Amino acid sequence: MDVNEVLLPGVGLRYEFTNADGDRIGVIARRDGDFELVAYPPEDPDEGRPLFRLTRQEADTVAEILGAPRIAERFADLSREVPGLVSGRVDVPAGSPHVDHPLGAMRARTRTGASVVAVVRGEDVVASPMPTEVIRAGDVLVVIGTVEGIEGVRRIVEG
Amino acid sequence: MHTSLALLLELGVILVVLSALGTAARRFGLPPIPLYLVAGLALGEGGVAPVPAAGGFVEAGASIGVVLLLLTLGLEFSTAEFTHSLRRHVPSAAVDLVLGAGPGAGAGWLLGFDAVGIVALAGATWVSSSGIIARLLGDLRRLGNRETPAVLAVLVMEDFAMAVYLPVLAVLVAGGTWWQATLGVLVAVAAVAVAFVLAHRFGHHVNRWLAHPDAEQLMLRVLGTTLVVAALAEYVNVSAAVGAFLVGLTLTGEAAERARQVLGPLRDLFAAAFFLSIGLAVSLADLLPSLPTALALAVVGAAGKVATGWYAARRDGAARRGRLRAGTALIARGEFSIVIVGLVGVVQPELGPLVTAYVLVLATTGPLITRWAGSPTAGPPRRGFRRTPM
Repeated sequence: MDVNEVLLPGVGLRYEFTNADGDRIGVIARRDGDFELVAYPPEDPDEGRPLFRLTRQEADTVAEILGAPRIAERFADLSREVPGLVSGRVDVPAGSPHVDHPLGAMRARTRTGASVVAVVRGEDVVASPMPTEVIRAGDVLVVIGTVEGIEGVRRIVEG
Repeated sequence: MHTSLALLLELGVILVVLSALGTAARRFGLPPIPLYLVAGLALGEGGVAPVPAAGGFVEAGASIGVVLLLLTLGLEFSTAEFTHSLRRHVPSAAVDLVLGAGPGAGAGWLLGFDAVGIVALAGATWVSSSGIIARLLGDLRRLGNRETPAVLAVLVMEDFAMAVYLPVLAVLVAGGTWWQATLGVLVAVAAVAVAFVLAHRFGHHVNRWLAHPDAEQLMLRVLGTTLVVAALAEYVNVSAAVGAFLVGLTLTGEAAERARQVLGPLRDLFAAAFFLSIGLAVSLADLLPSLPTALALAVVGAAGKVATGWYAARRDGAARRGRLRAGTALIARGEFSIVIVGLVGVVQPELGPLVTAYVLVLATTGPLITRWAGSPTAGPPRRGFRRTPM
């Protein structure tokens, strides 16, 4: 699935994609943390029809609902050892541009297809971290995906 | 204690009246700026209710208001967004400059203004109000539309152009020989360039110091730093407004977001004082004669913005209706035009009434026109999505 990212100066970002049914959907991520979803009717693709707005907390909850089954599925895949699927460790160096930013801002899965399934921080392990989990220097990300995908995440993390 | 009693009472009544006006304006989808100006007019010389005691506060508040207005404008946009917009929309910005500033410069020349007046009027007719327009696009639920990035790109480039324009204007206003003016402009441009580089390279250090986790500390640090920088900028004739704007640009990311939240209410209060003071400085007797000129300029200025938006939206591949929405969205003028009047008011007294009338016309009709331009199918069944607490 191709996600088109559009910068809205002073407002935030807009992600646009077409789903399997052919509906064109836009997600507006405002800088203050609120989200707005719009659908583009086929007769006028320029004008988004507003669907609904979500506050930061509502969006987190929706993300949790949408993300949970997939994570479970991936763990199941892992236990069956799917060919081509490997896990890897990615260190977060102190100079990484993603230090002190939420994990979701990296958009690792959108950009590489690989998923960060855990964050190892000293003695602690954050399993299935939320996109809001803030990355610290010295963290180790546990990534699952293809070899190229994991390499991609490493490149993103190292900036 | 009589003076302080009068001050408290007058100020309190003014704020309550402004709030009532603001509520009424929101109902009709209008921004509050024109109402603040009208309130200032009504309270000023020859107005309905003179306010001698609150005048002092309004005057002092006005200079802080300009600083806070420009600081929050700087916080609104980042240099990254500016460079991104530059890559796509330089021709749109050029069209905007010619169609926006051209009529103002021409009118200034026809009215027999000197160079300062011509440059000031050109700037005042040019710059759209990013405050009014960004809010309007959100309210009209147009952030998902194809033309919206083009509209915002034009706004961000105008605001950055102001970082160069305002110091140039400030130096011209300060007068002096041609070499002093040139030197001043060079200092201003160098200061802007240095601020950009600093923001790019050391921004995170500044951010770390300013972004104290405690909201009170954050407010005091950001406000204090901004006022000091603004004063220094004023000292070298670059104008306090520009100094504040540069501080705003230097702050980025989470620090900027939090500073926006903390400073928002302060900005609203002092910016209201600023708009009031501009209204106070203009008397109704001066405003009425300048109305025909202001109306003519407004028609030309609105047409210019429609053409600019049309062009910019077409570059992004929007169809005719989208282009019309983009063009009409850009019509509203506001805070920057008034800041320019505040800067030049003393040396060019005719400018105040003219630009005030111009802003009054365009800040009220602009939002109405763009609402109308989007109306035919823009009315998706507004089913109420109620927000339930989580």
